[in-house]
Formats: sequence, C-alpha cells, structure tokens
Amino acid sequence: MSAHATEHGTMNIKLIVWRQPARDKPGRFETYEAKNITPHHSFLEMLDVVNEDLIKAGKDPIAFDHDCREGICGMCSAVVNGVPHGGQERTTLCQLHMRKFKDGDAIYLEPWRARAFPILRDLIVDRTALDKLIQVAGFVSCHTGGVPDGNAILVGKPEADYAMDAAACIGCGACVAACPNGAAMLFAGAKVAQLAELPQGQVEAPQRVAAMVKAMADQGFGNCSNHYECEAACPKGIEVKFIARLNREFTKALCQEKIGAISTTTAASGD
Amino acid sequence: MRLLSDSIGRKVVMAITGLLMVLFVVGHLLGNLSIFAGADGINTYAAKLQALPLLVWATRIVMGAAVLFHLVISIQITLENNQANPTAYAVDRRLRATFAGKNMIWTGLLLGGFILFHLFHFTVRSVPGLEIVQVHDALGRADVFAMVSAAFGKLVTAAVYVIAMLMLYLHLSHGIQSTFQSLGLNNSKTMPGFAKFGGVLSVIFLLGYGAIPVAIFFGLLAK
Ligand code: HEM
Ligand code: SF4
Ligand code: FES
Repeated sequence: MSAHATEHGTMNIKLIVWRQPARDKPGRFETYEAKNITPHHSFLEMLDVVNEDLIKAGKDPIAFDHDCREGICGMCSAVVNGVPHGGQERTTLCQLHMRKFKDGDAIYLEPWRARAFPILRDLIVDRTALDKLIQVAGFVSCHTGGVPDGNAILVGKPEADYAMDAAACIGCGACVAACPNGAAMLFAGAKVAQLAELPQGQVEAPQRVAAMVKAMADQGFGNCSNHYECEAACPKGIEVKFIARLNREFTKALCQEKIGAISTTTAASGD
Repeated sequence: MRLLSDSIGRKVVMAITGLLMVLFVVGHLLGNLSIFAGADGINTYAAKLQALPLLVWATRIVMGAAVLFHLVISIQITLENNQANPTAYAVDRRLRATFAGKNMIWTGLLLGGFILFHLFHFTVRSVPGLEIVQVHDALGRADVFAMVSAAFGKLVTAAVYVIAMLMLYLHLSHGIQSTFQSLGLNNSKTMPGFAKFGGVLSVIFLLGYGAIPVAIFFGLLAK
C-alpha cells in the first residue's frame, strides 16, 4: 500500500486532456475531475470512471485506445505528463496504477505526437505507418507447405535470446512518440535485428534493411539523433543496441551493394 | 541504397566527418600545447609544420570537405526532424536527452562560425579590427608566440575563443559517444564506456584549448 492513500482512501485527480473531434480538426485541452479513484485502479480504469461521469452528464467520453489491458497488445497509448505510457519502467499505460499518483495531482494527457501518427480522435492516433514498415520490410519470405521438422535449422541459445529480446516489441509506438525527431528507429531496429540474427532471416537481410530505411522515410518518420528517449519510454525494454544493429546492417548492405556483390532492389523488396 | 540521401547513410556521413574533425582537434591541440614551452616551443612547431606543405594542404582539403558535408547534412536532417515532429507536448519532459544533444545544431553552427573567424584571424590574418602584422623571431621564423600573445591579451578575443571551446565541449560531449552508435559499433555493454570516453575527451579539449587564451590573458605564460 502506498503512503499516499490507505486501503479505503480515495483520491481526486485533475485531468487536463487533449480533446480533438476528428483528424485535421483543431483540438484543445479540457480539464476534468477524476473523483473517488482508488490506488487499485489502473490508469485506464480511472479513465473509465471519468468517462462514465461524462456520459451521465451527457458529454462526449474521452476516446482512448486499449484492448488487452494486460500489457501485451500495444494498443494503449497516451502521453502522461510528457512521458509516453507515464514513465514507469517497462510498463504500458494499461499496467500503470493510480497508486503512482496522489490526491490532488494534476495530470496532462496527450496523444502520441508525430507527423507519421495523425490524431484520429482525442487520445487515439493512427499507427498504420508502423504496420506499413512491417508490410514492406518486417517479414521473412518462405514457401508454404508442410511444417518443417523442429530443430531442422539450428539456432544457438544466445542468438535465440537476442532475437527474442528484439521480438518483445508490441508495436505500441511509444518510441516514436518519445522521439524528439518523430523517428521509428527503435521499432524498425528491433525488427531488422530480430530477423537478421536468425538463419531464416539472414538470407534477405540486405534487402530488408534497404527497404526498411526507405519505408521509414516514405511514412514520414524522422532521422535518429541518438537521444535514446525511445529506449527510456519503451514499455518492453527494447534497447538502442538494436538501432546500432540497424545502422550496422545498413552500412554492411550499402558496402556490399556498392562493390556490386548484391542488389537491394531485386528479390524480396515486399512489392 | 544511397549514402548521401538515405537516413542512415547520412547518419554514417555525419559520424565519419565528425570523427575526422575530432582527429584534427586532437592533432591541433597537441601542436598548440607547444605554446606552454614558450616562444621557442610554438615557433619551432610552426616552422616544422610550414616545412610540410603537402601535409598542411592535404589536411586543409580533407577538413574543408568534412566541414562542408557535415554542415550541409546537419541542416538538412535538422529541418527534416523538425517536420517529422511538428507539435510539442504541453509538458516538455525528457527522460534521457541532454542539453548538449538537443542543441547540436546551435553549438554546431556557432562552431562553424568560429572556424571561419579563426581561419581569418590567425591564418589569413584579415579580420577587420583584428589585423595581425606578421613578425619574425630572432631566428627569422614566423613569431607565432608574439601573434597569439598579442591577440589573447585582448579580453574580447580571449572570451570569443573560450566561448567557442565551450561550444566544442558541448558538441562533442554528445557527439563523440554518438558516433559509435551511428556507425553500429555500440551495444548495451559498450555504451557506458563510450559515454565516458566522449565525456573525458571533450573535457580534455575544453581544458587544453581553453587554457591557452586564459593563461595568456592573465599573463601566466612565460616567454
Ligand atoms: C560546421 C558546423 C557544424 C555544424 C552545423 C554541426 C552540426 C551537427 C549536428 C546537427 C549534429 C547532430 C546530427 C544528428 O542529429 O544526428 C552533429 C553531430 C556531430 N558533430 Fe557536428 N557540427 C558542426 C561542426 C562540428 C565540428 C567542428 C566537430 C568536431 C570537432 C563536430 C563533430 C560532431 C560529431 C562527432 C557529431 C556526432 C555524429 C553522430 O551522431 O554520429 N561537428 N553536428
Ligand atoms: S520498440 Fe518499444 S516503444 Fe517502440 S513500438 Fe516496440 S514496444 Fe513500443
Ligand atoms: S491495452 Fe494492451 S498493452 Fe495496454
């Protein structure tokens, strides 16, 4: 139990929320009171309480994204007092609890902000741009057919662990929201690193990294300045070492292409 | 794939040109420190350097190209980055980004301005109001010691150089560690080491270069 509220104690929180009726419509901050919130409420449950009050009062509820509410789907997304997901280490917004706050706190709630993520309504943004990156460069080409034998392709334990760490990304986009440049390098780096580490993905590694870098520019993401805000905001602990890997894969592929050893425009470019 | 227009290609160019300039900064500092050996020290160093025109000109050409590429790309990517993140949050809270990192373009542009000024000041010797008449020492060598001493005797000139070195310190306290990440040489284990290396090196630059105008202005430098 936190020092801020006892088992039965409740708190009142002032919410300053970004309200925007639709894409390309002007938005503004509105202030609401979240009343009778217990420390056991999750952040999203707190918003549910506020929305019930708003509905009862005949007002528009605050629109926010969510699905699993257990930290695995990557849907929940809001910037809490300037930090995506609220800034508790390795925690999605749905897993953040109100015991982190105290009675009388004021909380600013904003949507992810980046050119590549247009706001659809209130706290909901369109993250299709991340899906596009996966469509263009986040896959391994393979023939369909019978299930291959287990262990037919051997993968060492360290490589498997590395790839698994990269694969932990849930695609929430907090890294983009946190980046001062609106870049998607952590998301892209995790996918490129995961696939380049495994035998199945190594075959297309140069084409993949070329396509990924091009797709990021096409989708309107910015460039990396190595601020590492993404790593600090990521709820899954994805590390910027994967961005270093992305840079390494890019440089390697570029050199190979320049000496004529490979082409990155043919083969699996996702078209 | 394109080195000069792909996002990561330009990042690699920024890192390589940055590192080239850092190498120059190391060499230039080692040479300049000969001023602490008095007039004979730095005048001998300068004469030896002038006797190697090939080295001098090769360095000038490589550095000129490095500065140009670094400058043009930095402006390009900074504009692109601002467009990719056009709206600021109401609460401006950063978890990891540093003052130095966030202000690379400003410390960089000031450095660019300083480089121009510095070249016109001590190499071309034609800054209006700060013109320098070349004198020679007893051995007939260019008297660099006298030139530098006269220049840094003025508060404004000494201050300009010290401020420029503060900019260099800020730029490189982010920049040096950043190059390892840009070139893909970084991982979670090496990161703290690179950060420390960059921090220490940039402090050495600040103290080493900064000491020259400060020592001269306060009359601490023996002839
Ligand atoms: C000519 C004026 C200069 C400008 C406008 C400038 C600008 C910049 C900018 C904006 C960045 C960050 C790039 C990014 O967002 O990733 C940067 C990085 C860097 N700069 Fe400069 N800079 C200048 C001069 C210098 C000088 C004189 C040095 C060295 C003595 C230097 C060394 C570096 C290094 C090492 C980096 C890090 C590169 C990386 O992130 O990989 N710069 N510069
Ligand atoms: S890298 Fe982290 S912050 Fe970015 S999308 Fe994946 S889980 Fe979210
Ligand atoms: S709602 Fe699924 S991760 Fe938060």
